[in-house]
Amino acid sequence: MKNADLIHETISSLLANKIRSSLTVLGIVIGIGSVIAMIAIGQGAQNSIKASIDSLGSNLIMVTPGAQRTIGSPVSAGRGSAQSLTLADAAAITQNVSLAQNVASELSGRYQVTAAGTNTNTSVLGTTSMYPIVRNITIDQGVFLSDQHVSSLAKVAVIGPTVRDDLFGVGSSPIGQTIRIKKIDFKIIGITVAKGGSGFSNQDDMIYIPITTAQQFLSGNQYVSTIDVQAADAASMTELQSEVTTLLLSQHHISDPALADFSTLNQADIIATASTVTGTFTILLGSVAAISLLVGGIGIMNMMLTTVTERTREIGLRKAVGATQSDISTQFLAEAVALTFTGGFIGIVLGELVACAVRQLAGIAASVSFISIILAFGVSAGIGIIFDYYPARRAAKLNPIQALRYE
Amino acid sequence: MLECKNLTKIYESGGEELIVLKNLSFKIEDGEFVAIIGPSGSGKSTLMHILGALDTPTSGEYLFNGKNISEFSDDELANIRKTQIGFVFQAFNLLPRTSVLRNVMLPLVYADTPEAEREPRAKEALKNAGLDEDHFQHLSNQLSGGQMQRVAIARALVNNPTLILADEPTGNLDTKTGKIVLETFRKLNKEHGHTIILITHEPDVAEAANRIITIRDGVIVEDKKNTHSLL
Repeated sequence: MKNADLIHETISSLLANKIRSSLTVLGIVIGIGSVIAMIAIGQGAQNSIKASIDSLGSNLIMVTPGAQRTIGSPVSAGRGSAQSLTLADAAAITQNVSLAQNVASELSGRYQVTAAGTNTNTSVLGTTSMYPIVRNITIDQGVFLSDQHVSSLAKVAVIGPTVRDDLFGVGSSPIGQTIRIKKIDFKIIGITVAKGGSGFSNQDDMIYIPITTAQQFLSGNQYVSTIDVQAADAASMTELQSEVTTLLLSQHHISDPALADFSTLNQADIIATASTVTGTFTILLGSVAAISLLVGGIGIMNMMLTTVTERTREIGLRKAVGATQSDISTQFLAEAVALTFTGGFIGIVLGELVACAVRQLAGIAASVSFISIILAFGVSAGIGIIFDYYPARRAAKLNPIQALRYE
Repeated sequence: MLECKNLTKIYESGGEELIVLKNLSFKIEDGEFVAIIGPSGSGKSTLMHILGALDTPTSGEYLFNGKNISEFSDDELANIRKTQIGFVFQAFNLLPRTSVLRNVMLPLVYADTPEAEREPRAKEALKNAGLDEDHFQHLSNQLSGGQMQRVAIARALVNNPTLILADEPTGNLDTKTGKIVLETFRKLNKEHGHTIILITHEPDVAEAANRIITIRDGVIVEDKKNTHSLL
């Protein structure tokens, strides 16, 4: 049998059974498409979560006050409630810890903020000039707070784009204008670049003022709510964390680390925790994908086995008119390859489309990986070809008369 | 020319031997129209399988045009079938949802006949089998039983085989259509000189042939010239 005849015979046989062919293709499309889409979404979600953690800044150690305790009372007011950290602590870290590349202090609070005729309630963050470096903030217009502003208790503010939109209208440029926080006027000197609304706290909906000003006029005391310490690289973070802890313990004259009035949070720990979460998520999606692959595979298997059983008489006839065993098995192999490859191709395209739709509609950076294509296609095509080819080969070995009488 | 010498076929099932054909010996000359008749279980189907190179005997010789093919391999038998034997089955066995022409061309595909020759030969075979040209492009499932059997006959003819084997060709047809099909066989035998072996259990059908071999319990009980053809 010539190759051209084989192709012709394959095509005409597939076209003669359009419903059967298209159902088989559909099974393969669903099997492959769902696996590819599911893995793409799982990995996209993982990447999205990692990206939003990274947007908080990289290689950070966050020092926060410990729980407030009253001497002689067992009542704890919860972590971060104590007022134990000061700018002096931050200065000490800058001076004494050589691994600390950048240090920024934060004092956060929520206030009602007014501008000419409008008002909003938002986070006001007192901080220092290092903050943009430590927290990955970029300035869109104007400038960020300088050391000069901090030392002179300047009444200036840098606002996030959401605050700008809320108070002055979308896309306006309010530099030089005034906002009022707690009856004190602040002059706007800069606007930050939008980072997007994802992440743990929305950095677009925020007002930055010098930390000294915040202490003096808003909180009325000398404490800070967080000290961010940035390491030069991820490798030195654990060491940095222990150095910062040792220094602060001695600063606060505490000998027992268990009684520390502050706590340190290593960003690597956050990433590790988040990775565990997304890992679980990926395993979940992977299992769903594996089950769909299995179900799809069984569907394909059933379709192929039914097809061959149905076609045993046809195989008998072909043998009776002179087809050899290899003619029959080659034709069935060609049909199986044609069906699985058509289905596989459509399935891959479908998987891509679903991933694309998720990217557009859900904002998850779903990306189709080559491995998932190979895996999904390999399993489905493998099942399809094996379960079409082997029963066909068995039928091809039958005596033509037995095959013709097959019911 | 076909010659069987001491043809024996034994089936084994569950350790028991079942002798289906016992020492059959006969000759069929080129151009004969032979009916093999017998009740079911007589061994006529097994004999037909051996004559049609679909199966091999347990012992004995089967000479097909002088060649002993009783020990041929599966592929060698397939080669004999595709070049020298045409089959007509009771159930027609056309490819479903496939055009009449493609059905008739099927043996030519396996015989590697040049593409350009296939359609003219298929059309000629269809004309000889008595099918109207209007039906050539129809799908096999759009035809009546009689028309389907004509397509099957054309498929058996298309390779210009030495031997045409028809297994109960009228079994699924009404009496009138059956008669027309038998008439077609007679014509093909008379006008084109094809050797035809007709397997049946109906004496009426066997009457169409010029020689009737009756077989019962695996042995030939009668082998006679049919001079009183009713047709």
